Amino acid sequence: MARTIIDKLWDEHLVADLGNGASLLYIDRVFLHERTGSVALKELAAANRRVRNPEQVFCTMDHIVDTLPGRGDATRMPGGGEFITQTRAAARAAGITLFDIGDDRQGIVHVVSPEQGIALPGVTLVCPDSHTCTLGGIGALAWGIGSTEAEHALATKTLAVRKPRSMRIDFRGRLAPGVTAKDMILALIGAHGASGGVGYAIEFAGEAVRALPVEARLTLCNMGVEFGAWTVIIAPDEAVFDYVRGRPYAPQGQALDQAIASWRALHSDAGARFDRELTLDCSTLAPQVTWGTSPQHETGIDGAVPDPALEADANRRQAMERALAYMGLEPGTRLAGLPIQGAFIGSCTNSRLSDLRAAAKVLEGHKVAQGVRAVCVPGSSQVKLAAEREGLDRIFREAGFEWRESGCSMCFYAGGESFGFEERVVSSTNRNFENRQGPRTRTHLASPVTVAASAIAGRLTDARHLAG
Amino acid sequence: MEKFTRITAVAAPLLRINVDTDAIIPSREMKTVGKTGLAAGLFAGWRYQASGSRVEEPGFVLNREPYRHARILLSGANFGCGSSREHAVWALHEWGIRAIIAPSYGAIFAGNCVRNGILPVVLDYAVVEELARQVEADPASRLVSVDLVDCAVTAPDGTRHPFTMAAADRDMLLEGLDGIALTLKRDDEILAFQGRDRLRRPWIYL
Ligand code: SF4
Repeated sequence: MARTIIDKLWDEHLVADLGNGASLLYIDRVFLHERTGSVALKELAAANRRVRNPEQVFCTMDHIVDTLPGRGDATRMPGGGEFITQTRAAARAAGITLFDIGDDRQGIVHVVSPEQGIALPGVTLVCPDSHTCTLGGIGALAWGIGSTEAEHALATKTLAVRKPRSMRIDFRGRLAPGVTAKDMILALIGAHGASGGVGYAIEFAGEAVRALPVEARLTLCNMGVEFGAWTVIIAPDEAVFDYVRGRPYAPQGQALDQAIASWRALHSDAGARFDRELTLDCSTLAPQVTWGTSPQHETGIDGAVPDPALEADANRRQAMERALAYMGLEPGTRLAGLPIQGAFIGSCTNSRLSDLRAAAKVLEGHKVAQGVRAVCVPGSSQVKLAAEREGLDRIFREAGFEWRESGCSMCFYAGGESFGFEERVVSSTNRNFENRQGPRTRTHLASPVTVAASAIAGRLTDARHLAG
Repeated sequence: MEKFTRITAVAAPLLRINVDTDAIIPSREMKTVGKTGLAAGLFAGWRYQASGSRVEEPGFVLNREPYRHARILLSGANFGCGSSREHAVWALHEWGIRAIIAPSYGAIFAGNCVRNGILPVVLDYAVVEELARQVEADPASRLVSVDLVDCAVTAPDGTRHPFTMAAADRDMLLEGLDGIALTLKRDDEILAFQGRDRLRRPWIYL
């Protein structure tokens, strides 16, 4: 029978059918970070249980760690030091590999795991972090879990999972210049809502997806959880195999040839049936930006804030009204031209080398507008080093951006740094929830190109209209 | 793990869609490495007047009587979307919530609920709204019953709303199972899988 890529990965990792609707799946890799992994390691040790295969378990410091130059264990997040020291001790006791502060492999978990070749095509990888779906971009079956499930995966090398329904989304056409993977995923969530993917494992397919470089596929998949999906995946192809080659934990030589031969089978068979199929035309897509407090509150940068009064669904209407009050916006206001006070380039969505290059290209020879605080946080120490080798740091700095050490930084607020009360921020991150980037901070999600163009202009800007 | 069979309790309507886990427990409220000490931070951004303060926002549903004693939460679609933080569930549980009734949930959140003794009931939004309407007429006496043995919610007026739940999740809650202990009974199968897999996919084994 024709199988989907998810069917194939499911079958390949099936340890046992539990008979109650759930499958016991083999988990190839577990990744942890100091925010939620710390609890899992601590509880596991308290229950006198051991990590079954510590050589397949990795941990990084990304959420709490400070990103200012010259950092150590001290962090601005209240209680944060405890997360760092406890994670370090627990990782050591468990015998797992830790990418600690000062290690040049450190970085945001979902940036580090493909970069180091820990996430590979066809692996099952879990992490107590919702954006683990990012790794679907290289053809891994990867999904976010809670801390208790992480304990389960650590102790047993398996998870009991119910197989979600299947969906395929056909991203049609070619993107116009200045339009990116970030705009594709925002447009999808805008069209079908933040719960449009609830209950589904989703394959992203189509011409526009095939044309994306690997790093952009990671961006596309990153926000699968913002669509409500259990996880998302893109069938790996030659571009991915090239990407994997030479990475520290990836197979080398003959083992790589053998792996690639098996990875070539990782695609949905012709005639494979999906429970749901959607299409999105990418050829007419404009750069997208959010105006509210859910990723589904979004529109083209050439659009305007919608009028809640025109929304028929009462629940959606109330959410829109709350969002507009929070964001300090009126219906009908044009998004392009909205003055901003902050610009942030970073996060597991958009902080890879290609993102920084694209933003630097916009910034080169320009200055950030007066009154705008602009911050760039590379996604990993490796990204930072590579960017510095190319001189991207100089472009960011000369434009007036802060250039940081790698980590999650101001993607989320935990009592440490923020852009400030009611400040309007254009951000390359993935969540515009209330208070996500700080108390009453107003987040507009957009691509790094849009963030860079907006930072220069001091207002939300359509990067396609920037002169030369 | 704590079991869930049935409860009859005050139900608090929080009829919003996409209530995310950042809202349920803001990151700044997760101050220690652990599962406890989180109740005071539950819905902190909505429950208190200013960030970091503990001055209550009188209009917020859980600050009003008798909703302060609610054990059931009524909400909109995609409840618990967003971050995987299990702290959201630990905070709800510590505060006193034992069941949630909503049209849909964030997947990780729903998984976290059943591992911590909270029942995430899926019912149509029209039913949730009707429950809220009945409760609001007199919340202290118009209680809602949630029964996992029979898989039904009973409205204050006696109307019965059956719901379905995956068998694996239902068993977990009804019996308060320890998932790890259960899986470790299958140790032989896991080891056998590993043995076969090592030959098939040697590159996986670092
Ligand atoms: S960068 Fe932001 S979204 Fe990504 S893992 Fe860190 S906190 Fe989460």
